[in-house]
Amino acid sequence: MTEENHVLSLLVDNEPGVLSRIVGLFSGRGFNIESLCVAETTEPGISRITIVTKANTPVVEQIKKQLNKLINILKVYELTGQDFVQREMALIKVTAKPEHRAEILRIVDIFRCKVVDVGQEHYTIEVTGDQGKLAAIISLLKPLGIKEIAKTGIIALFREPK
Amino acid sequence: MKLTGAQILMKVFQEEGVDTLFGYPGGAVVDIYDELARTDIRHILVRHEQGGVHAADGYARASGKVGVCLVTSGPGATNTVTGIASAYMDSIPIVVITGQVPTHLIGNDAFQEVDIVGITRPCTKHNYLVKNIDDLARILREAFFLARSGRPGPVLVDIPKDIARATAGYKFPKAVKMPSYNPTYNPNMHQLQKVVKLVQDARRPMIFAGGGVILSKSAPELTEFARKTRIPVTTSLMGLGAFPGSDPLWLGMLGMHGTYRANMSTSACDLLIAIGVRFDDRVTGKTDAFAAQSKIVHIDIDPTSIRKNIPVTIPVVGDCKITLGHLNRLIDALDLGELDDRRREWLDTIAAWKSTQPLAYQQGETIKPQFVIEKLYELTRDRETIITTEVGQNQMWAAQYYHFEKPGHFITSGGLGVMGFGLPAAIGAQTACPDSLVVDVAGDGSIQMNIQEMATAVQYGLPVKVVILNNRYLGMVRQWQELFYECRYACTSMEHAPDFVKLAEAYGAVGLRAEKPEEVEAVLREGLFSPRTVIMDFRVQQTECVYPMVPAGAPITEMLLV
Repeated sequence: MTEENHVLSLLVDNEPGVLSRIVGLFSGRGFNIESLCVAETTEPGISRITIVTKANTPVVEQIKKQLNKLINILKVYELTGQDFVQREMALIKVTAKPEHRAEILRIVDIFRCKVVDVGQEHYTIEVTGDQGKLAAIISLLKPLGIKEIAKTGIIALFREPK
Repeated sequence: MKLTGAQILMKVFQEEGVDTLFGYPGGAVVDIYDELARTDIRHILVRHEQGGVHAADGYARASGKVGVCLVTSGPGATNTVTGIASAYMDSIPIVVITGQVPTHLIGNDAFQEVDIVGITRPCTKHNYLVKNIDDLARILREAFFLARSGRPGPVLVDIPKDIARATAGYKFPKAVKMPSYNPTYNPNMHQLQKVVKLVQDARRPMIFAGGGVILSKSAPELTEFARKTRIPVTTSLMGLGAFPGSDPLWLGMLGMHGTYRANMSTSACDLLIAIGVRFDDRVTGKTDAFAAQSKIVHIDIDPTSIRKNIPVTIPVVGDCKITLGHLNRLIDALDLGELDDRRREWLDTIAAWKSTQPLAYQQGETIKPQFVIEKLYELTRDRETIITTEVGQNQMWAAQYYHFEKPGHFITSGGLGVMGFGLPAAIGAQTACPDSLVVDVAGDGSIQMNIQEMATAVQYGLPVKVVILNNRYLGMVRQWQELFYECRYACTSMEHAPDFVKLAEAYGAVGLRAEKPEEVEAVLREGLFSPRTVIMDFRVQQTECVYPMVPAGAPITEMLLV
């Protein structure tokens, strides 16, 4: 059975140890985590965790059941297979030699990103989008020399019915 | 009125009906012990914290109540881990209270500090570190509620020393509010209709019951269901006693050391109704070959058990007792026709398997371990007897040759397989059931893993009986070496064991020994009818193997037979 990325969105009690329970569950049972994002929601005491995991269908079912079993997890949603929006942000520090600066700025323009830090030898670019967009800009910048990169991992929400 | 944390703990114990604790004091729990001494809660001072948790486990299984263990921080806490992991695998309701260094020292590598909540996260149903005295009563209430509800399991509460001394207003929190915790007790009736349809159509149905039937106290419903539908029953190790061992529909245990007929039936059946099981690898063998011709119904309260190892036709999430109750009513409303006729061919096939390959062993000059268990059964079948076991050959022979009629009479570390479990578990069971005969079937290897609990048994006048099947080997591993490692017996010889008779006497117990088959019955009679704690040392045939045996990972029909 083929393994695909599945986006899971969890609402959890914002308590010490909750993240450790989740991460421990994944490592202990041999599930994998492609990315993981945690932050508070507007409701006090409740956080949202977005996890991308690579697994086949029966394993994803097992992951969801195991997550549901954890006492501090309030809700487990799978977004994959449904209508949802996803975004990821990256900060990319790219080598910016004088002969490449114009080209980099053109790419920044095309991808509607921002330059958030400039130096003699580099630009730091902030880019937001789905994984395809991030992959595309990274592949264009790579030949110019990416010094460092930081990505947030995916966050996602269901689309509301129109 | 304000109470200290230690007083709140005692209040909650009383509200929860805790009358017995197994524990071991230490610096971080002195305040709790000081308060405990002012109550009428019985405290059994074990000799090692691991023994304390196994005793709480045995107590829980024998009494049907939550077992409680109280230990200090650091090494006291880490010593509980094996016991907690065993209770977790077997879904046994226990609450473990650990002391912790004062909150202001947490994280400072203080004396006897360990992150026990971190350590036990993967082997508890849930655990807590109490950081605020105002949360203590609620957390303790939740701990007991979680331990006994849904799929039961161990819950650990870590109480820092300053929290035990701090004061707070106390009110017993009657209701437990946990919005994220909602076990599904009531099954989906639509699914049950489908199950009934399969039962109606099946030609070769069988039931596979597990520990869930015992935990949910649904043995009567299971027995009613099986007899009403004339469906033969096998169980896992944990399910022994869920169905009467004397019933003609009984197939014996399933799996690696299961009976020939149980294993053959599983691969020949066309409907397998699995109830309160989790399809452990010791039961299924090669999963692709397991019940390969069969539709599978799986009833369990824990959704994660379903489709974890084995694909199923109809999943039913629900409490076994409630679900079987519904199934029985649905079956009552049906006309199943002439069941005897319809089942004859299937039951005849099974009977033939039973007669060609019964459980058997060869008698000889030396004592056969199976013979000891058979005699033990004969001598205790008419008494209220609880059998606990250690782990290995002793456990398998006890499972094969002792016949269990009722649930709660066979107490073993099934999932984790803990050597050293049986003696402390027997102490817990004897504490819960003072009038029962409690026998620990042990090996000479495993009894030495928690032998120190003999002192506990003697101190509290607990007349547990230890039957050591002494083959001077770590027998199960030796068996694997003989069968699969070309007789290379690496490190499995245990020639230098203590003299168990003298050891028993040193502990203030009775020590007996049998060296020849003709001595077995007399030793058993003397030991089992003694009012004292007894060790019986049976010097058995050294190289006896447990049969049938399915090599690990093979289909369960590929059995090595005697």
